Amino acid sequence: MLRLEKRPQPSRAWVVLSPILAVILTMIVGGILFAMLGANPFEAIRTIFWDPIFSEQFSGFTRPQLLVKAGPLILIAIGLSIGFKAGIWNIGAEGQYIMGAICGAAAGLALYPSDSVLLFPLMLVAGALGGWAWAMIPAILKTKLGTNEILVSLMLVYVAETILASAASGFLRNPEGMGFPGSRNFKEWDAVYNGELIAGTGMHWGVVAAFIAVIAAYVLLSRHIQGFNIRLTGEAPRAARFAGVNPSRIVILCLGISGALAGLAGFFEVTGPAGQITIDFNAGYGFTAIIVAFLGRLNPIGILLAGLLMALTYIGGELAQLMLGVPGAAIQLFQGMLLFFLLATDVFTNFRLRLAKKEAV
Amino acid sequence: MKRRTLLATVAAAATFAGAAFAEEDVTAGFIYIGTPGDGGWTYEHDQSRQKMEAHFDGKVKTIFQENVPESADAERAITQMAIAGADIIFTTSFGYMDPTLAVAAKFPNVKFEHATGYKQADNVSVYSARFYEGRAVQGHIAGHMTKTNKIGYIASFPIPEVIRGINSAYIHAKKVNPDVEFSVVWAYTWFDPAKEADAARALIENGADVVLQHTDSTAPQAAAKEAGNVITFGQASDMGDYAPMPRVSSIIDNWAPYYIQRVQDVIDGTWESKNTWDGIDTGMVEIGEISEAVPADVKASALAMVEAIRTGEYSPFTGPLNKQDGSAWLAEGETADLGTLAGMNFYVEGITGDVPN
Repeated sequence: MLRLEKRPQPSRAWVVLSPILAVILTMIVGGILFAMLGANPFEAIRTIFWDPIFSEQFSGFTRPQLLVKAGPLILIAIGLSIGFKAGIWNIGAEGQYIMGAICGAAAGLALYPSDSVLLFPLMLVAGALGGWAWAMIPAILKTKLGTNEILVSLMLVYVAETILASAASGFLRNPEGMGFPGSRNFKEWDAVYNGELIAGTGMHWGVVAAFIAVIAAYVLLSRHIQGFNIRLTGEAPRAARFAGVNPSRIVILCLGISGALAGLAGFFEVTGPAGQITIDFNAGYGFTAIIVAFLGRLNPIGILLAGLLMALTYIGGELAQLMLGVPGAAIQLFQGMLLFFLLATDVFTNFRLRLAKKEAV
Repeated sequence: MKRRTLLATVAAAATFAGAAFAEEDVTAGFIYIGTPGDGGWTYEHDQSRQKMEAHFDGKVKTIFQENVPESADAERAITQMAIAGADIIFTTSFGYMDPTLAVAAKFPNVKFEHATGYKQADNVSVYSARFYEGRAVQGHIAGHMTKTNKIGYIASFPIPEVIRGINSAYIHAKKVNPDVEFSVVWAYTWFDPAKEADAARALIENGADVVLQHTDSTAPQAAAKEAGNVITFGQASDMGDYAPMPRVSSIIDNWAPYYIQRVQDVIDGTWESKNTWDGIDTGMVEIGEISEAVPADVKASALAMVEAIRTGEYSPFTGPLNKQDGSAWLAEGETADLGTLAGMNFYVEGITGDVPN
């Protein structure tokens, strides 16, 4: 009989091993899936994991794109992970991302066509504040009225989407756009365009911000008293209260940080890769970041790697569609599989498999 | 300097890619907003892609990417397609407009075709169909057949193409049934079966017995079938699985002749940037079979209208017509000019509610 036995302490080896094992298992099962769809499994796996980084044909473009795609995911996931550590579940990062983009863009467009060097920082602050303010709604409702932040933050995503639609087709619409929805394109406005800082690297301010956030979160969680309070609140809420940690303050702090970071991500995206406010501007970064946060074990370095891995499967998946004609749904299945195997192998961090004889109860 | 380095990398990549597809003369790429399985908009583009590929019998290779969001992802997807060696790329949704132009600027030797947009460049053409001609026929049938006099309309985004459709359907429904009322629901999506079904159910619960849709899935058809006694029209594709009821007719987008022509132009080296807007006359817009659920006299008058539009005898926007606020738009016998049609952002007189903005 096989049975799971709880480890006295989480296995350090498995913390490192389980993601590697998950990737290998995904490659094997995914390969079988692709073979059944009539594609060469080795070629498909190589296209997804290898080509975006090393292919002679694509990597010149896709390598920088990995950073562009991973940047917002990492930035949002870092913010979320801080809250998740404290047991504060902000599920509405997508909404905060949208509001950050709208507020940042609106601050700039109000002053169009100024070319002041102060404009970009002003918009940045507006973007961060927009995301922060949107996260303060569930925070204040939770601390004052005891509402559930999961529901409130999630519902506010749909409100934000409606505001986005109204911004794109109404108050932020390009006056020269012939009545079509969509704001002015920031790519045509040099003073505020968040382009590549070094050509050919994909490095824009949003990616820089993501790296800073990783370092700051690492310092906060491992060196700073507030980081200790956050972890304590998540792991032992009663102990935290006895230690004099004010739970309301932690809620406001955690939701504030994650909202502001999501708002920043939205701002960098709208002024950079996306270029304009459109009705479909949000592409699910806020939700995917939740996956990235857990894939990275709520650890800043882990999130950095998880964000890059996620971006790799997106871009590699696109190349597989393009070059091998693998259907888009198969790629989504493949990404899902990766998460599934990660969670499955994760069991071995806390449990071990035992071959055991029947024991007397 | 920056741009030059990028161009050099890209150019090197493109040369390499050319070699990869050497056995075919031309590679045509397609960017899809949904999946070919949507049974509507993307399905027809994909059908036309296959017809085009079959037409050239091995000389043209086609590649496509589905479910590409109208966000920063679109620019990446189009760029990758250009690097993969596509000679001509069709981007088949309105929201790909700016991304298409941005990529086109980096790949001057690749031809781009953007569906339903308005921005052209030396290597970017735009193409669309006069769907509003088909909407006139729908409005005619709907006005005759409604018993509750309430017609529901699932609209996608408040862009001129969609507003033209609403106006055209309304004008022709009103013409045959002065009591008709339209309620428009804005779904803010092209393809979201769950949302589309919800919208259809809400309209039906409010008494609508005709549901028109400007979204891509068959979910509204399914919702109408479930409710019974509600009629619908296939959108972008025939959606013939739902005939004879609820689907009583349809607007079919037939892109194949256009795709064949444009790829032929690339092969011949005669491709030029142009703005194409074809309708029933060239067959880009087809009216799907009018089912037996429609009374014979209504079917006959609807077909007569199709014929009149085909020959150019009748234009769906013919005066006298007023704008929603009561101000005069077209005088008796006057027809709408191209510019007003292309940028239409107002309702005609009689429609309640506002164009969202």
